[in-house]
Amino acid sequence: MSENKTKEKRAERTETLVLTFPARLVREPITWRLTREHNLRVSIMRASISPDEQGHMVLELVGSAEDFDGGMAYLKEVGVNVEPLAREVHWLAEHCTHCTACVSACPTGALYVERETMDVDFDAAKCIGCGLCIPVCCYGAMEIKV
Amino acid sequence: MPKTIEEINEKIRKGKAVCVTAEEMIGIVKDGGAKAAAAKVDVVTTGTFGPMCSSGALINTGHSTPKCKFQKAWLNGVPAYAGLAAVDLFIGATELSDDDPANTVFPGRFEYGGAHVIEDLIAGKDVELRAVSYGTDCYPRRELRTAINISDLNQATLLNPRNAYQNYSVAVNRDSKRVIYTYMGVLQPRMANANYCSAGQLSPLLKDPHYRTVGLGTRIFLGGTVGYVWGPGTQHNPSAPRADNGVPLTGAGTLAVMGDMKQMDAKYVRGASIVGYGISLAVGIGVPIPILDEDMARCTGVADEDLYALVVDYSTDYPNAVNAPIAKVSYAELKSGEIEVDGQTIPTAGLSSYARAREIAETLKGWIERGEFELTQPVEAMPGVDSGMAFHGIHERPPVQS
Repeated sequence: MSENKTKEKRAERTETLVLTFPARLVREPITWRLTREHNLRVSIMRASISPDEQGHMVLELVGSAEDFDGGMAYLKEVGVNVEPLAREVHWLAEHCTHCTACVSACPTGALYVERETMDVDFDAAKCIGCGLCIPVCCYGAMEIKV
Repeated sequence: MPKTIEEINEKIRKGKAVCVTAEEMIGIVKDGGAKAAAAKVDVVTTGTFGPMCSSGALINTGHSTPKCKFQKAWLNGVPAYAGLAAVDLFIGATELSDDDPANTVFPGRFEYGGAHVIEDLIAGKDVELRAVSYGTDCYPRRELRTAINISDLNQATLLNPRNAYQNYSVAVNRDSKRVIYTYMGVLQPRMANANYCSAGQLSPLLKDPHYRTVGLGTRIFLGGTVGYVWGPGTQHNPSAPRADNGVPLTGAGTLAVMGDMKQMDAKYVRGASIVGYGISLAVGIGVPIPILDEDMARCTGVADEDLYALVVDYSTDYPNAVNAPIAKVSYAELKSGEIEVDGQTIPTAGLSSYARAREIAETLKGWIERGEFELTQPVEAMPGVDSGMAFHGIHERPPVQS
């Protein structure tokens, strides 16, 4: 029984996706359907509505391959545009002076200070690619690739 | 029995000097008291690494053939000041290229300027020199365009009129909506973040608050090599308000420093692009403090929890020279990552690298322990509190009619 569960867990997919949906879908309960009807675990990283009422969301989705396919089919059916989060933030340690200016700009704590050494470090797994750190770093140590 | 610098240097030459960093001194004074610490410790090293805008490089390129008297000059497109003899140039840290859009293109990236030219030279990179001249009989050449390298220069001296600020403010933005772009970083509205800029308990002038041991001629660590203090820096203000322990609460004393760029390490002299504001030069400085008596031991042993800074609004108060500090916070609180102001928890960030400051203090300690670095007796003291020297603004008045 537990062996099957482990196999199931191994078959899980985790993806961070950027969803764009037009104004007409504002009332469609997208995340509710993804979680209830397609059994996906959703973490909302970012959500905003642009002035022309387009919705933008960055979601982390976790679920079995089968549920993922179902979820993606649903999104396509209702007309939501789905793209992988291709924005990668890189920390160029050789340029970093460890001044810590970036740390309070980072909303997820991906950039953090190791308080003992007062060194800055970067946990890429926590990065959501928001890019707030890029202009704050004076020494060109933060770089974003779209 | 107070020690003298000459006695300390004698011990350094014999490899017997007891040298600790300012961080280590905190524990020594706390455990055994200032008197015992003064007997035991000979030198305390300090360090700091942060943006120091009043910085520049004085270089001599040597003459071309035929000779040229530089009237206007540019290094990698950044204007260098040529109003010094024929081939002397001064590169200011904050100078922008002629075609830099600054913040007319919001918010303003300021990617390359004087400070970056200085960093590139120190790093051994080739830099393009362009110069024009009205031409004279003795210096007939009117135009010059060539690559130059620091190894080609006759002299390359880092000449910084104001460095190593003795304390500074903590900057916040009290505006309700506007994000502001300042030399203290990007400040979010409603005091959503607070930025500070000091090494705190490692900071040179915070550890010799009355400038008893530092002055014109003090030998220091500068940019990875040996440098010297050439006097109080611009805006030196010994009259700033001080806490009971004698340490200023706001920006007070400053140091004017110099050193040979050809010996420097670009790790400790870095161009800084401050978004929406401009360009600065981050400089690494370390000052050795001779522990002459109990008072110097006490001063060098003060810790972050007893060093304070004032929180200042940079949206309205600072630009309008309104002196209205909001709160007083300690460097221990600032370095914890958040401070409490009027019931609001505010995340903090530093602009001065404590990690680098530690490295510098340790490096200077190593030089002293190995007998490679001796202390100097200042030739002229820095103006202290008794001098009455203070820092004021411009009193605007109509220009003189001729």
